[in-house]
Amino acid sequence: MDGLLTEAFLSSLFTGAIVAALPMLLAGLGEQMSEKAGVLNIGIEGMMLMGAYMGFLVAFKTDSLWLGFLGGILGGVLVAIAMAVLCVRLGLNQIVIGIGLTLGAEGLTALLHHFQFSRSYPRLPAPERLNIPGLTDLPVIGPSLFGRHLIVYIALLVVVILALLYRRTNLGMTLRAAGESPAALDVAGGNVLGVRVFAVLFTGAMAGLGGAYLANIGAGLFVPFMTGGAGFIGIVLAMLARGRPFWVLIGSLIFGAALSLTTALQVAGSNIPTDVIQMLPFAAVMLVLVLFGRRAKLPSALGAAYERGAR
Amino acid sequence: MTMDNDINPTSVDPEANATDATGAATERSAFQRLMTVTVGPIVAAFLLSAIILLLVGINPLTYYGYILERSLFSGLGLEQTATRMAPLLFLCASLIIAFRAGIWNLGTDGQFLLGAVVAAATAPLLVGVLPGWAVLLVGFALAAIVGAIWSIIPALLKAYQGVNEIITTLMMSFLGVLLASTLVKLAFRDPATTVPQTRTLPVEDRLPRLFDTTISSGLVWGLVAVLLVHLMMTRTSFGLRLRMVGANPAAATHAGLSVPLLTLATFGLSAGFAGLSGASEILGVAGNVRANWNPAYGLMVIPLVFLARFHGVGAIVLVFFYSALLIGSESAARRLGVPQDFTLVLVASLLICLGLGEYIDHHKRKKER
Repeated sequence: MDGLLTEAFLSSLFTGAIVAALPMLLAGLGEQMSEKAGVLNIGIEGMMLMGAYMGFLVAFKTDSLWLGFLGGILGGVLVAIAMAVLCVRLGLNQIVIGIGLTLGAEGLTALLHHFQFSRSYPRLPAPERLNIPGLTDLPVIGPSLFGRHLIVYIALLVVVILALLYRRTNLGMTLRAAGESPAALDVAGGNVLGVRVFAVLFTGAMAGLGGAYLANIGAGLFVPFMTGGAGFIGIVLAMLARGRPFWVLIGSLIFGAALSLTTALQVAGSNIPTDVIQMLPFAAVMLVLVLFGRRAKLPSALGAAYERGAR
Repeated sequence: MTMDNDINPTSVDPEANATDATGAATERSAFQRLMTVTVGPIVAAFLLSAIILLLVGINPLTYYGYILERSLFSGLGLEQTATRMAPLLFLCASLIIAFRAGIWNLGTDGQFLLGAVVAAATAPLLVGVLPGWAVLLVGFALAAIVGAIWSIIPALLKAYQGVNEIITTLMMSFLGVLLASTLVKLAFRDPATTVPQTRTLPVEDRLPRLFDTTISSGLVWGLVAVLLVHLMMTRTSFGLRLRMVGANPAAATHAGLSVPLLTLATFGLSAGFAGLSGASEILGVAGNVRANWNPAYGLMVIPLVFLARFHGVGAIVLVFFYSALLIGSESAARRLGVPQDFTLVLVASLLICLGLGEYIDHHKRKKER
């Protein structure tokens, strides 16, 4: 274990933490908006996976990572449209439809992958990275903090924008009203279903982008079921963050660090079984819940479809 | 507002249940209802999936033909369908308790696997020490206990801190799946094999088969479990108390019920049945657990229980068709070179179409009033 704390170990730990954290950050931010508006979006795992598939497909066919990200957003939004129509417009059970959409996206992407890529398993070339002279050359943290793809910094910007949106704008207020007291919002002339549809579509876009990042930058290829619960972790992050985007960021970094320990320890030549190391992030969440669980707070109308005049 | 009654499975569709009770639905012919809520959606789902099969260049008629041929019209296939029902039925029992009591136990996969691993680790060692029936009994009992233990943290957090159990059970499930795989690789590994797996329970020591068939008698125990749970939840005072907690925890507290204790009981029973489910798969069919084995039945059973409206008999019927679909699809996928994952597409379209059917039915009934 003398390989620990070397530069290679720390560098791969930091880099891995950010690469692993970003998809969960985006998913968590998206889920947060849905939950604020009163929709428990269990379909987010499916949205991510569809985003990963579409993102990879577009990036592979056009040789453009940016078009790939757009494709990922589109993929996530497609699944989100189904969720919005079924759960918000028609008011079907959010859990049943959410699980249905996740299973459907898993099956569909695996099927399409089988017929398109399973013989060749094509990879994307390594992405170009940001290079800030001076900062990027710093030892250990330089390449990991200042040498990432531009999309990482855009995601951080989204955190700030969302924080302002929730606090300072009417839309932020309307979103919260739709989740806390939809009937009151309706009486006040707000459009409950419209706001909820917007929130679900935003979730789809964020989750799709997160999936595309996972496929195009994290892995460089698409593999069936590659999200592996990242969407569910996004749900947990959103629930723990009590409506604050910055907390989602912090949570996703903790999760990312725990996940990247797996690879970093392998780099360091440790012989702890990977299963044990993979437990770390989940164990970390449980610990946080045992210590601070009481403070988790969810909107009152979460999970309930809104129907005007019903009870 | 605390989070106790935020998202409450039992309050999903109170109106529909109310109309059931008044019998208003009998105005429209039962046939029409059957068409809207079951037959119609199933046909629609198969048509929807057929389009996807056509898109990837597979003849849907051949595919569906193979499913039926294998799962319902061949003796062996029908027996496999019946055998596959056992673990799914135990999971239904687990979820009916939880959902009726207003608890979202989404962690059945972890509870299932740990139950399975413990049963697989102990049963082969006890063969020869104890009589056959006692080996099985100990295996099932340990699996139930371990499953229940795995739900203790979410149960305590929910009962005394009001922490949402969706997060905690999901997290414990991920942990449980990884722990199960670690246990197989490190603690309970069969030294005689090269691939990491537990010792194998000899076929003659597993649950007996029914009559001259290959159907595992786990099926019978699964059916008994679902029916007992159904009766317990609908016909006993204990079940009534659990349902009161599920419907309105505040009202239940005012009525003098100990909500925290009843919550703990719900978790224990639900997770215990999930553990039994794992044991039924191992002691009845598989005989051992291979590392990284995870059939992930839990997530798929959840929607079935919902669509059955937490009703035991409805769940049994749905599990039968679901099991047939699983068995048939495995064969159809193999024969046509389609990945198994197409079954997921079929299940997803079924869930969505059945949901839509309920919606249409609900609105038609509203118009009639």
